[in-house]
Amino acid sequence: MWKELTQAIDHFDTTVDWMGIRAVKEVARDYYVRDGLPRSNGKSLTRGAMIEVMVNGSIGYAATNCLTSLSLKHAAQIAYQQAVAASKFRIYPLEKNTRPAMVGEYNTPLDQPLNFLSPGEINDLLIRICHGLKISDQIVQTSGHINASEKETWFVSSNGSEIYQKITSVGNHFGVIAQDGRVVQQRSNHGMHANCYQGGWEVLKQDKLWDKVQQVAEQAIELLNAPECPNIETNLVLAPDQMMLQIHESVGHPLEIDRILGDERNYAGGSFVKPEDFGKLQYGSPLMNVIFDPTVAGESASYQFDDTGAKATKQYLVQNGILQRGLGSLESQARSGLPGVACARACSWNRPPIDRMANLNLEPGDTSFTQMIEGIEHGVYMESNRSWSIDDLRHKFQFGCEYAKLIENGQLTKTLRNPNYRATTPQFWHSLVQVGNFENWQMYGTPFCGKGEPNQSIWVGHASPPCVFTNIEVFGGG
Amino acid sequence: MEVDGSKLEKNFHNLREILLSKKSDQEDFTLNLSSERSQFTRFNQGKVRQTGVVYDGSVNLTLMADNRSGFCHFPFTGNWEIDREVACQNLEELREEISMLPVDPYIVLPGGEGNIREIHRGELLAPEKVPDSILTSLENLDFTGMYAGGMIMRGYGDSRGKSHWFATDSFNLDYSLIIAPKKAVKATFAGREWKQSAYINKIADGKKQLSLLSREPRKLPRGKYRTYFAPGAVAELLDMLSWGAISESSIQQGNSALSPLSRGEKQLSPKFNLKENFSAGLTPRFNSLGEISPQELTLIENGGLVNSLVNSRTAKEYNTVSNAANSSETLRSPEIKMGNLDFGDILATLGTGLYVSNLHYLNWSNRQTGRITGMTRYACFWVEDGEMVAPIENLRFDESLYDFWGEKLVDFTNFQDLIPEVGTYTKRQLGGSLVPGMLVEDFSYSF
Repeated sequence: MWKELTQAIDHFDTTVDWMGIRAVKEVARDYYVRDGLPRSNGKSLTRGAMIEVMVNGSIGYAATNCLTSLSLKHAAQIAYQQAVAASKFRIYPLEKNTRPAMVGEYNTPLDQPLNFLSPGEINDLLIRICHGLKISDQIVQTSGHINASEKETWFVSSNGSEIYQKITSVGNHFGVIAQDGRVVQQRSNHGMHANCYQGGWEVLKQDKLWDKVQQVAEQAIELLNAPECPNIETNLVLAPDQMMLQIHESVGHPLEIDRILGDERNYAGGSFVKPEDFGKLQYGSPLMNVIFDPTVAGESASYQFDDTGAKATKQYLVQNGILQRGLGSLESQARSGLPGVACARACSWNRPPIDRMANLNLEPGDTSFTQMIEGIEHGVYMESNRSWSIDDLRHKFQFGCEYAKLIENGQLTKTLRNPNYRATTPQFWHSLVQVGNFENWQMYGTPFCGKGEPNQSIWVGHASPPCVFTNIEVFGGG
Repeated sequence: MEVDGSKLEKNFHNLREILLSKKSDQEDFTLNLSSERSQFTRFNQGKVRQTGVVYDGSVNLTLMADNRSGFCHFPFTGNWEIDREVACQNLEELREEISMLPVDPYIVLPGGEGNIREIHRGELLAPEKVPDSILTSLENLDFTGMYAGGMIMRGYGDSRGKSHWFATDSFNLDYSLIIAPKKAVKATFAGREWKQSAYINKIADGKKQLSLLSREPRKLPRGKYRTYFAPGAVAELLDMLSWGAISESSIQQGNSALSPLSRGEKQLSPKFNLKENFSAGLTPRFNSLGEISPQELTLIENGGLVNSLVNSRTAKEYNTVSNAANSSETLRSPEIKMGNLDFGDILATLGTGLYVSNLHYLNWSNRQTGRITGMTRYACFWVEDGEMVAPIENLRFDESLYDFWGEKLVDFTNFQDLIPEVGTYTKRQLGGSLVPGMLVEDFSYSF
């Protein structure tokens, strides 16, 4: 691959400020079983390259799935024409330093490569999961889903970048629908596709799998006869699998600098955060410490370089509750003058890099889960996201969960169904009063973070302990 | 790298022939192609943020043998030598793989009648003219959004000899005109032929609407408000039916928002009529099994569920009849029937309440009761005694479709707008919704 890409750059005979090629090859496998029967089994191969050319501070791109030298040459010419046509209308004169010269390699550490299990063995596992979930006639649907991907990226540029990264990831999801007359409830293993990690088949952790299967099925049945979540203002305890969504929607997206700069206002939206807030805004309570950390082993969005070649490092976004820096690439940093991180990411070869989250984690505090619950006279504990909606400035949100417990006099008591809560982002994070310790710090992710024009869906990771928020409006399904 | 649609069509048919020659007597296959040549130019503040061209194409090969099936998805480049080699290699791998898979009792083999060939030529902007044509007439407007244009192709072929081809030139300019962080007008200019004068008129209309937004926004308390939803907002609500609602598979598994309607426990307003209508030719009528949908299919009539969307797999599993729905049983070209509310009477009939142009980020807050939550967005106004008084600060709503399309539905407008599908996840989407505006009594806003 290197040879074809470097030749395409070397043989391009038009004068440009900078030129780069990002080639991607991804093989993704997908296995889905419902009610113990196969629904979908297959493999997807994606392969192509995006050529970016910078002329007069303007970047144009051309992407092609045909990697012949002729095709790459033609793509380079089109990228050049695109840059020229846009140059007099460019939003900002980019400098070459927004595409740094970097050389390096990253490979996902893994124990069991993706050929360790055959498609037949994976189907057997999913069928066993479905059978394990079917503990009652009230379980009307069981499902299991496993996906695995191996994605290689080659990045070369006219200023000497040469980066290779190979990301291997595995995700799994299983859950049930339970029904008793008109009451229908869903329960899953930590919410929709939340179990996505980097690594090989070892991430399935089959030793603990069967306890989870049993628990998911039992809790679904439990929900059928549970009372509705009450409509009250109370203490809210969120499990790590819901904190994932909370961090994603109300910390990650509003801190994307391209949103603050207005790029997303026609689609995903802007942000309530203003450029002058960085370094000053008390985003949440002093217990709030959020880091951008693409260096965590096994977390979904770990990498060493972003898709423009910038080196990725761990950075505080919010420290002791104060906003420190945003999710902004070198381009966004140049445009805004704000501190950012290495987060220019593209979902594949056919989309340009934009500001994205990677791994965004809430640092653990020092309260154990038991201490946390014991200290609450009245509250609601919620697990596993079921519904999510937030406004275009990432300010006013309403989220729902699959499963909840009432907290009374320091104890988890009744199971509650259809739990929801709503708040505004600043109010919510300022009401953070307890952060769980590392013992309960858990890592999840999602492969479906949507953003951008043209649209891109990308994978992100979020880790958090359970947390307590005071005076939050919770309510039932009605 | 230039796109020659007829060459791609020929290569695709040749690919089917090659696979036919290599398959065994016991094997069947379907072949689905998606291909596009797309110009994407993204704007912010009336300037170009990103611009480029994407040449993409892929084929999905599903192989069926011994009641087992599997798929492989691989690039379709238009280079015959490359594509043939990749396809043959994938067939070999797939053959080996499906032998390891369990038996699928609901497998559907290709069948049915008819071949479709539809080609819609257009006149699009030359790529190098996109920034100039769009930005020059804007003066100092804060214009943000994206132009996506070019040829889109969809193809189908199978081992039983059936084939379909659909190709269309098209463009979407999906944009916002913005005067302050919370004050914007949203619009879409779309079609097969770019007409500069029509575009300039569209921008002028947007500027007029912007002037209404200049007043101080009004913050409304939570509560129930009589509300007019413009067609763009109605299309957002309609989209929710494609997410675990109108699908027969969802209904059968007890996980559909329309389960109470299908069981006859609930009824919608007799004014609510919904059908699939493919007559505009926005999207192909064939599905991934090569089946052809009827030109029109009534789904909800006088508030009652007449048909859900049923594909052949669901039909086999639940012993019902397919209506050639797509694999996910989602709406492809829906139309809501018009009512009697005249454009000129909207504000007077609304009286006092909310005028909502667009909605944002919808989700089920309780699917079993059809409850949807989401936000108002863009140009939304407080109306008093038939006069627009002020824009509003965005509100969150939480309301059941059994209410706003049920007893609370006052009327639909006597005109419809075509709201084009502008999605570009993975590839440029096709289709759109033909919807009227609607007036609803006591719509619930939570904060």
